[in-house]
Amino acid sequence: MAAPLTLLLIVAVTIRAVLFRSSLAELISARVEVVSPLNAWKRVVEGLALLDLGVSPYSGDVFHETPLMIYLFHFTVDYAEIVFIVSAYFVDCLSCFLKPLDRAKMAINSNYLKSDLLFNFPGCCELISWFITIIVCLCFCKFHFLCTCKYTDVRLCHQIADGITALALYLSIQTYNKDVFRKQKYALESDRYSADCLELLRSPKEMFYIPLKVAMFYLLNPFTILSCVAKSTCGLNNAIIALFIFCTLKGSALLSGILLALATYQSIYPLTLFAPALLFFLQRLYIPVNLRRSSFWFFTLQYAFMYVGSLVVITGLSFFLLGSWDFIPSVYGFIFSVPDLTPNIGLFWYFFAEMFEHFRLFFSCVFQINVFFYTIPLSIKLKEHPVFLIFMQIAIISIFKSYPTVGDVALYMAFLPAWSHLYRFLRNIFLVSCVLLACSALFPVLWHLWIYAGSANSNFYYAITLLFNFGQILLVADYFYAYLRREHHLTHGLYLKKKDGTEATLVLK
Amino acid sequence: MAAHRCGLSLVCILIFSSLAHPSSCDTLEKANDNTAEKRSISEVNTDGSVAGEALNERQWQSTDAEVDRSDSTTHSEALTPAAARDEFQEELVIRPLHSGDIYASFQFRTLWDTDFLQEGQKVSHYRLFPKSLGQVLSKFSVRELHISFTQGFWRTMQWGQPFIPSPPGAELWVWFHDTVSDVDGNWKELTNVLSGIFCASLNFIDLTNTVQPSASFKPLGLGNATDHRFLRYATLPREIVCTENLTPWKKLLPCGSKAGLAVLMKSEKLFHSSFHSQAVHIRPICQDEQCSSKAWELRQTLNVVFDLHTSGQGKKEWSLFKMFSRTLTEACPLASSSKVYVDITDNPEGELFELSPATPLLGQAVVLGDRRTYSVYDLSRAETFGQLRSFNLLLRWKGDSGDMLRPLLHAERYVAGFGLQTGEIHTVIYNNHPYRAFPVLLMDSVPWYLQLYIHTLTVTSKSRDNKPSYIHYQPAKDRHRPHLLEMLIQLPPHSMTEVTVQFERALLKWTEYTPDPNHGFYVGSSVVSALVPSMVAMRTNFTQDQPLFSSFVPVKEESSYFVRVYTEPLLVNLPTPDFSMPYNVICLTCTVVAVGYGSFYNLLTRTFQVDEPSPPLSKRLANLIRRMRGVPLLT
Repeated sequence: MAAPLTLLLIVAVTIRAVLFRSSLAELISARVEVVSPLNAWKRVVEGLALLDLGVSPYSGDVFHETPLMIYLFHFTVDYAEIVFIVSAYFVDCLSCFLKPLDRAKMAINSNYLKSDLLFNFPGCCELISWFITIIVCLCFCKFHFLCTCKYTDVRLCHQIADGITALALYLSIQTYNKDVFRKQKYALESDRYSADCLELLRSPKEMFYIPLKVAMFYLLNPFTILSCVAKSTCGLNNAIIALFIFCTLKGSALLSGILLALATYQSIYPLTLFAPALLFFLQRLYIPVNLRRSSFWFFTLQYAFMYVGSLVVITGLSFFLLGSWDFIPSVYGFIFSVPDLTPNIGLFWYFFAEMFEHFRLFFSCVFQINVFFYTIPLSIKLKEHPVFLIFMQIAIISIFKSYPTVGDVALYMAFLPAWSHLYRFLRNIFLVSCVLLACSALFPVLWHLWIYAGSANSNFYYAITLLFNFGQILLVADYFYAYLRREHHLTHGLYLKKKDGTEATLVLK
Repeated sequence: MAAHRCGLSLVCILIFSSLAHPSSCDTLEKANDNTAEKRSISEVNTDGSVAGEALNERQWQSTDAEVDRSDSTTHSEALTPAAARDEFQEELVIRPLHSGDIYASFQFRTLWDTDFLQEGQKVSHYRLFPKSLGQVLSKFSVRELHISFTQGFWRTMQWGQPFIPSPPGAELWVWFHDTVSDVDGNWKELTNVLSGIFCASLNFIDLTNTVQPSASFKPLGLGNATDHRFLRYATLPREIVCTENLTPWKKLLPCGSKAGLAVLMKSEKLFHSSFHSQAVHIRPICQDEQCSSKAWELRQTLNVVFDLHTSGQGKKEWSLFKMFSRTLTEACPLASSSKVYVDITDNPEGELFELSPATPLLGQAVVLGDRRTYSVYDLSRAETFGQLRSFNLLLRWKGDSGDMLRPLLHAERYVAGFGLQTGEIHTVIYNNHPYRAFPVLLMDSVPWYLQLYIHTLTVTSKSRDNKPSYIHYQPAKDRHRPHLLEMLIQLPPHSMTEVTVQFERALLKWTEYTPDPNHGFYVGSSVVSALVPSMVAMRTNFTQDQPLFSSFVPVKEESSYFVRVYTEPLLVNLPTPDFSMPYNVICLTCTVVAVGYGSFYNLLTRTFQVDEPSPPLSKRLANLIRRMRGVPLLT
């Protein structure tokens, strides 16, 4: 497994490095689909320049990154070499920490207890692949550093972020697959599945390459590549979320709480991932979701405390770094009140540009609540399937958030191979993929017609964003439908019969 | 009932007394006016007697206002020793420009030895100083006020430096007294009041176009306040200046437009010009040498550039009548001095143009670092008007005008780039001095909808990076505050310095666009302030009528002079939404959100069930009957 993964990482790094070197990099970094006011690299540089001038970056309305981010980049720019070494060590440490996980084969061949013991087998393959990738990164970085400008080394940061995301996703899905397989085995042993749904069951053979496919879907997705080449900090946020998923699936409640707090601190919306993470831990610890059970409340409070505690610590840290609370309105106020109407792929910009003044507050409340609204009903419906719930939440955030970019879309799209077994139940995947592809091609075309050629107006671009979001909604709803339907078939059998014995059709009622 | 009647009568008495009061005021003012007239007549007499002695030969006269003032103060002291002294001066400077245009600059100066801002002393008795402005000054604790309305752009490359520069549109800058606690509130009210006084849309000045420059606008009057929290500066580059702004401005003059130089201000002629700028400057100055007490100076200026060359069918000839369609018949009786100056520096021997009537008086002054010679016409003398009792200055060009003026400091600005996403502001500053480098302060105030990226700021002169020694940058806040960028740049001699900064255009809410959004948005002029080495200091062999001992080391006051240069305002296009679409957009976006909501809602609330077709109607009816009968149902 290590060899293809290494190969994949090297290919991904090479593509990015080539694009960084080409003249396309500048073009890409100005695209509104790829960067938003929240995560544009140009604005980070502006924030650094303001910091150098002795002006608070939050005194203006150009910079909207969190204080930790700007100090990270300030540090990165000043001490490129040290940061590189530290991040390399960090990566090493991470790998060492991740040791007790291994290939799906092991878990498959053994029963639960045995496989638990076998988990301690060191994951040296992954370790090797990390190392090789880092060396490749280092080479590219050196190359850049020798021949180009001041902020070059930051490219490395973005590449590493992408690599971390992909690896974290890879390992998470690997863990998840083991989990799924184990559960399936138990269910089969206890005869919970109906007899004729054998073909719905997942085989180790088809599951073997899924983690690799997930990593590939993330690393070679054009959306991710564009986002990385534009040096959008979206890649870093994705890395944090991916690490959070990984830590959650590995069962480390503390790390998961810290990373979730970090993700929330970066962009509020991951707050909704608290519910699936909690559900996952409860399931893992065999605590039933019962409001009258003290063990449920005990663990919930414990996890909430870890989460809120680290959030408070991080926010306090930024306060002490900056010396003022200016960043709160500038980062979170900016996310919620949507003052910047620069076009992007989301639903907010044109809606609020055309909104009647006295309805503005009402609709911004409605649209923001919309993002958080689905958490509770989805948690109730999917309380047995927290990982799918995580996927649903990430997808909903990236569709309905106020400043979405293609980098956000790429994160939830990376999960799609993990649901490849749902393929037979998808209703309109062909239509949706056509819509998404066509929109991706039309974005730059209509943008050019509106902004540069002047032969189209804003409605053209708006129409495409509308269609793109419509496609995304259809895609997510379709996967949700397929997931529910497969679960239904697993319990009720695949070939349902009517009372009169003829073949039945399933409907939602 | 009785009490009620008593109250009524009281009110009546009050009303009567208040009616009576203003009339008494009027009589008082009339009396004052009479004394002033007497005073001015006596001045004319004394001046006339002095001038009469040297009528035959050309006489060099100092044009320093200070001398005049000390003269007149002694007179007025003799006449009205007790009351707060005030006086009024008017003058008109005419300068033939090299391009063939005529530059006419009116200045009216009212001086009043009183202090509005003193505690416990309410100034209620006004004479020459306009009451409307005086009340504004004391109400808002204004220390200094400068307001200008300009139509057209001053072409520095063709016309040289103006006496008082101003940017196109309206400009207002005010220093408040340092006792003011709510400066922004005062500023808001002040702009609204001034908007009423000058019939201009100054009420459009709000926090989004107001800045507090840290170095570019120092107080011109008394007091060296350096705390720029009390300074407010705003421009409205889009403001159109016309008759309705001129009329209230004229009303502030003691003589109105009835007498004196102000009779020339006929709006149909003044606004048929290449450049028109009217301004009001109020500042505190010293009353005497010791500066023990404050006096207030109100300076009203009006600058016009007439393009007589093209309208005169190729004949280069102008007169007061041709320019203003009026001639002068008298000085303002309230004025202590009333003079017309014509710049004849380029025409010492009369070979370039001919001036009639000729005047025996010549004046010399160092203006903007250059020594200029003027023909002076004193309107307070009867002989200026001749037998016709009318003064019509006539200038006839004889030769072709000389080479183009090269101002030492010159700046221009433009927007580069294409498309509606990003752009770049280029400001080009020229130093035309052959061997001296000097620093300039560049101030830029850019509206918030152009997001500046300060890290893209580059300053290059002679194709080399020229790092500014001082940068004051205040980034904009969306819908609250504009960008303010101030830099101190050293200009190398004989060079062109280019300042560029990139910006991004924002998409605004549809209600924030102007009624003609595709016309574009104006960005105010950037301001270049500098101490420019003077031409006089440059001319080391200028010894014509100066003794040798005085010209070796240039005199300090003359070695450099302060200049403010305004660049062109910018017109920037922003991307626009479709203004006819609000309902459609709200409907369509909400539909997409509803599709999302609906599909999730469907999946969340419903469960999968086998689709059983409902039995036909006949069967259901039969079952109903069977149920009533208690018979087993049909399946």
